[in-house]
Amino acid sequence: MWALYRRELSNSHRTGGGALIGVLFFLAVVAVVPFGVGPDLNLLARIGPAILWIGALLASLLSLDRLFQADREDGSLDLLVLEQEQHWLAFTVFIKIVAHWTSHALPLVIAAPLLGVLLNMEPIGIAAVTATLLAGTPAIAFIGAVGAAVTTVLPRGGLLVSVLILPLVIPVLIFGVSAAYGAVQDPDPFLPPFLILLAITLFFAVIGPLAAAAALRQIGD
Amino acid sequence: MQDASIQTNRLTDLANPTRFISLADRLVPWLGALAAVLLAIGLYMSFSAPEDYQQGMTVQIMFIHVPFAWLSMMCYSVIAISALGTLVWRHPLADVSAKAAAPIGAVFTILALATGSLWGKPMWGTWWVWDARLTSVFVLLLMYLGLMALHRAMDDPSKGARAAAIVALVGFINIPIIKFSVDWWNTLHQPASVFRVDGPTIHPTLLWPLMVMAIGFTVLFFFFHLMAMRTEIWRRRVGAMRRIAARRADA
Repeated sequence: MWALYRRELSNSHRTGGGALIGVLFFLAVVAVVPFGVGPDLNLLARIGPAILWIGALLASLLSLDRLFQADREDGSLDLLVLEQEQHWLAFTVFIKIVAHWTSHALPLVIAAPLLGVLLNMEPIGIAAVTATLLAGTPAIAFIGAVGAAVTTVLPRGGLLVSVLILPLVIPVLIFGVSAAYGAVQDPDPFLPPFLILLAITLFFAVIGPLAAAAALRQIGD
Repeated sequence: MQDASIQTNRLTDLANPTRFISLADRLVPWLGALAAVLLAIGLYMSFSAPEDYQQGMTVQIMFIHVPFAWLSMMCYSVIAISALGTLVWRHPLADVSAKAAAPIGAVFTILALATGSLWGKPMWGTWWVWDARLTSVFVLLLMYLGLMALHRAMDDPSKGARAAAIVALVGFINIPIIKFSVDWWNTLHQPASVFRVDGPTIHPTLLWPLMVMAIGFTVLFFFFHLMAMRTEIWRRRVGAMRRIAARRADA
């Protein structure tokens, strides 16, 4: 399993710096917002958590369709599915998702504080957004794996993955943003939405790999 | 034990599309007539129902809004059960049923949202609020549309059916969220007032028309569903015959 994890990491590192493109996309989305809403620093500080969350959500959705596609093209996906007698396929998928998260979503979380400074957010707000992104982006990856597995056989499934997955990640976005706002605005609590966010992540950590493994078994060629 | 085996036998009998179509042919006119009669009675009862002391005439929107909302959830449940049928029992008609139900469910969801916002404007003063119930029903609509897109995207219908079945089962999480959203969160939408542990809180003069309308629309749903399934089976047959004809033409 450790070997699979390392293989995934080195693969994503070698194939054209996918992680870097994700971070660049995140940067571009966040940089576009001030042009859209105007360079009012107070307004930017107020909607900052929401911008960072939406940017991170879009950036992680974009990279999702490559989760199984590269393995399908070189045939190693068939091997992984065939090996399910020895390794439980859902667990293999879980490792793949965790590796994908480390290589694609973790850089977004690391870049978030810097972008928070650009949006004139307070330090406590930046810390809260980074913490919620750290807790919430795995959930996006776990749900996204279902969509990625279902659309693996399609030549251009990227857009369809986003359409299928976006309704399901809305709760993640709601609780992530409300926890981030709870840290900044006084009457709103931080901890309850943050704990619900953690619960969603744990819930999808079970459902996502199971459903994705079922999908890979069912619609493999 | 005996009953269960008989029942599975009946279900497997229906796996034969010809037998299913002959059954559907017999059922469809009756269902259509029953739906028409029930909806006519229901509409008459709705228009003769007394006005609410607070909401006035707008309460009549309830007689269509609530059945639409119930059906939007029931239709997704039908899809989820069909998804189980596709994945677990590999019933050949389960994917036909799931595929046929998705557009009907999407239309019911759109109607529920539209009538709800027509009702919300005079009562709440706004067409739309992003509260838990409305948002979760909107998510339901997005999932219907996503399922339809997935069915269309796959060139092989059986592969598309299995993909859509897995997505539908994962998306079923949303149904209890819709049901309990009014209890879990403090929403503008009112909590459940018909199916409650302590009995309905609607006055019988308003409850009866609502019930007749709900049953009428449910029958209407099954009428549409059977017709759509029949059409889908014919469409697949036509496709298969075209392929055979094309192969013969080549030879």
